[in-house]
Amino acid sequence: MSNRGTAVQGAGSVRKRAALTAGMSIAALLLSGCVQSEREENTGAEGESTVDSSFVFAASSDPKSLDPAFASDGESFRVSRQIFEGLVGVEPGTANPAPLLAESWETSEDGLSTVFQLKEGVTFHDGTPFDAEAVCYNFDRWYNWTGIQQAETVSYYYNSLFRGFADSPEDAVYESCEASGDNEATINLAQPFAGFIAALSLPAFAMQSPTALEEFSADEIGGTEDTPSLSEYALGNPVGTGPFTFDSWSVGEQLQLSAYPDYWGEQGQISDVTFRIIDDPQARRQALEAGTIDGYDLVAPADTQSLKDAGYNIVPRDPFTILYLGMNQQIPELQDPLVREAIAHAIDKEALVSQTLPEGTEVASQFIPPVVDGYNEDVTTYDFDPERARELLTEAGYPDGFEITFNYPTNVSRPYMPTPEQVFTNLQAQLSDVGIRVNPAPAAWSPDYLNQVQGTADHGLHLLGWTGDYNDTDNFIGVFFGREKPEFGFDNPELFAALDEARGTSDRGEQTELYKDINEQIAEFNPAIPLAHPAPSLAFAPRVTSYPASPVSDEVFSEIELSE
Amino acid sequence: MLRVIGKRIALLIPTLFGLSILLFLWVRSLPGGPATALLGEKATPEAVARVNELYGFDRPLPVQYLTYMGRLLRGDFGVSINTGRPVLEEFATRFPATMELTIVALIFAIGIGIPLGYLAARHYGRILDHGSVVLSLIGITVPVFFLAFILKYLFAIQWSLLPPDGRQNPRIDATHYTQFYVLDGVLTGEYDAAWDALQHLILPGIALGTIPLAIIVRITRASVLEVQNADYVRTARAKGLMERTIRGSFILRNAMLPVVTTIGLQLGLLISGAVLTETVFAFNGIGRFLRDAIFGLDYPVLQGFIIFIAILYALINLIVDLSYSVIDPRVRVQ
Repeated sequence: MSNRGTAVQGAGSVRKRAALTAGMSIAALLLSGCVQSEREENTGAEGESTVDSSFVFAASSDPKSLDPAFASDGESFRVSRQIFEGLVGVEPGTANPAPLLAESWETSEDGLSTVFQLKEGVTFHDGTPFDAEAVCYNFDRWYNWTGIQQAETVSYYYNSLFRGFADSPEDAVYESCEASGDNEATINLAQPFAGFIAALSLPAFAMQSPTALEEFSADEIGGTEDTPSLSEYALGNPVGTGPFTFDSWSVGEQLQLSAYPDYWGEQGQISDVTFRIIDDPQARRQALEAGTIDGYDLVAPADTQSLKDAGYNIVPRDPFTILYLGMNQQIPELQDPLVREAIAHAIDKEALVSQTLPEGTEVASQFIPPVVDGYNEDVTTYDFDPERARELLTEAGYPDGFEITFNYPTNVSRPYMPTPEQVFTNLQAQLSDVGIRVNPAPAAWSPDYLNQVQGTADHGLHLLGWTGDYNDTDNFIGVFFGREKPEFGFDNPELFAALDEARGTSDRGEQTELYKDINEQIAEFNPAIPLAHPAPSLAFAPRVTSYPASPVSDEVFSEIELSE
Repeated sequence: MLRVIGKRIALLIPTLFGLSILLFLWVRSLPGGPATALLGEKATPEAVARVNELYGFDRPLPVQYLTYMGRLLRGDFGVSINTGRPVLEEFATRFPATMELTIVALIFAIGIGIPLGYLAARHYGRILDHGSVVLSLIGITVPVFFLAFILKYLFAIQWSLLPPDGRQNPRIDATHYTQFYVLDGVLTGEYDAAWDALQHLILPGIALGTIPLAIIVRITRASVLEVQNADYVRTARAKGLMERTIRGSFILRNAMLPVVTTIGLQLGLLISGAVLTETVFAFNGIGRFLRDAIFGLDYPVLQGFIIFIAILYALINLIVDLSYSVIDPRVRVQ
């Protein structure tokens, strides 16, 4: 009896549960129906009903640091550009400075003082208001770094652009910052710096939250005396004003950001960004093909066509690079201007570009890309003319040509030189046509090749290049030819002085004219042969319909457009 | 037994000390230095000199070595130059990944290798035997990275059966306590995360396990061949013991000694194989980290890693030795 009773009771409870489940399911259905229709209405207006708002991008390495002030590498900046914004931004698609957190600015006539009018109503991700105090906090922070914080490997950009720190004020470019109003900050410089505004567009000088910098001891680096360790801030607590906030970082694996709900600007379609760390270039391409990522950077030139054919979107950047053939004048033959001229005439840049460099690459006539100030349209060029090259060699006393070492790096891909081995092979053939016999001297990129070419006189012809950081002519030719270097092995006081003068000129227009002259001066002196401005490209899944490609990689993901 | 273990560990100390000196000198005799690697094109001689000074790389070698040893004895392996994080912390997050991968590779290698080797020996001279010999020859000769690449291309890209890279699908929100992702998934009850992590292990596990598999097949086959014709096996048969007992307790057990030694040795080799496998599959383990350390001349990581591997090798050898006594009672008596 009791048994049966339990059984009945059991059956009853089962029935009850079934009824409850059914009721709940109906309720859930109704609810979800409502939610569904609401969502449809919502998205119907915006036309984003089916868009997957998470975006996965393959990074080639982890960022070195989440604190952009202590970073100088592209992967750190790619992440920090999503989280942070600077006073000055970049005009889309160019390298020119444009207002960002500062709405406008005015520089005094002597170039020593600039007043910035700041955007109102902007807050950092932690709620700290962005105002003149915050601006001054950041500038003073950089200026007051000491010890290991001043190492080039730690604070490369502040170091190389603002030169001195509070403990060495005699070299310093920066002097002081005043909060002249809530939204007005005045920066005083100790010496004129024409590239000041353009420099501020670098991610290294982005505005960071003073509260977070203090709370997470951003300047406490140097865990041990011989190797700096990252601060708590740089490891996982970056706070800026940008469209995305930092979520998590699993080192070697992935880094996640999510949209900042109170962002002052357009938030765009993307709600979550994941940077997956895939260091092998081949693996990045395969990840795109397998659909686990939405895009990656620095597509190998050989891959572009096949990816395009398979329906992927290839987005080229305007070139902001230079690839050159260096000539070490410590080698007696290369000391002779006639020989250098002969080499210049021996090279068919058009053929080199079409055979070995990515689509979109431009032939170079000088050491800065056309979008940089001081580009000289009328610079002296050496056209491809093997006949003339042979004549010049004969004139220089080498009727049968000569033998020379040609250094090039192996197993490396740089934005300005995706395949150094191919570039070398191509040039080797061209040089041998005019009688210059090349002894190949390949070396591993780092540290062997860089050491040999930049640190010693033991090299001849060599391949090297540069990717610009921002619109600054000195950042190209000043780096190459600003002083005596083992790489080129020449001493040209006149050129060094001209570059010094141009660097110290505060008037941008005047400076541009000086750089045009310097570019001509370099072309005549011919210390190296500018070969090309290779254009790096990105590849995206078909659903990525628009990407804000920028020559200086100023690419903020809130501007990406997705179709599904 | 405890005394044996104690003695073995005591012997490890002078070995590690000698290794640390050799290592220190070797790493620092490599051309260039971390400053050049870090600065790249920006490495002007002045910048390199200043960085070396700030990092202390310009001090005399004995001074550098003593500072290093002083910290090492306090359990401080230093800070990675490339990533700015403590070396020990870097190992702690990546080592579980490589362990997980190694375990899957070993399960693959042992699970297939021993039965296949045994069957080949049982069917000596027949098709199965020839087939296994050819297969193991291919397994040994195909380079790991090539195999990894082919596996990935076919299974992940052409047929989309398995994930092509990483340890976890970024779209899965998983919690990690132990950094053993499969275990984490099981512990937290996030079975979809565990399953996802396991799927990510299959292709790299096969790629990494193929060489050990091939070696285990050959060793097992040779060993079983030798044992199955031994006198005591014949005696056992003559006594009329059941064939199952003969195979299990007489042949297989005796044949296992060399196989266990081989597996122990393979375990060390697996870690070096992981450098290539982890690179192809963008798998965040010790191997890939070591590769970056080599390219970046990351002294603290290189030193710490090799000392770590030395200790690991010594421990594996100890375990292998101890396992002999489980398999072979004669070793215990000695």
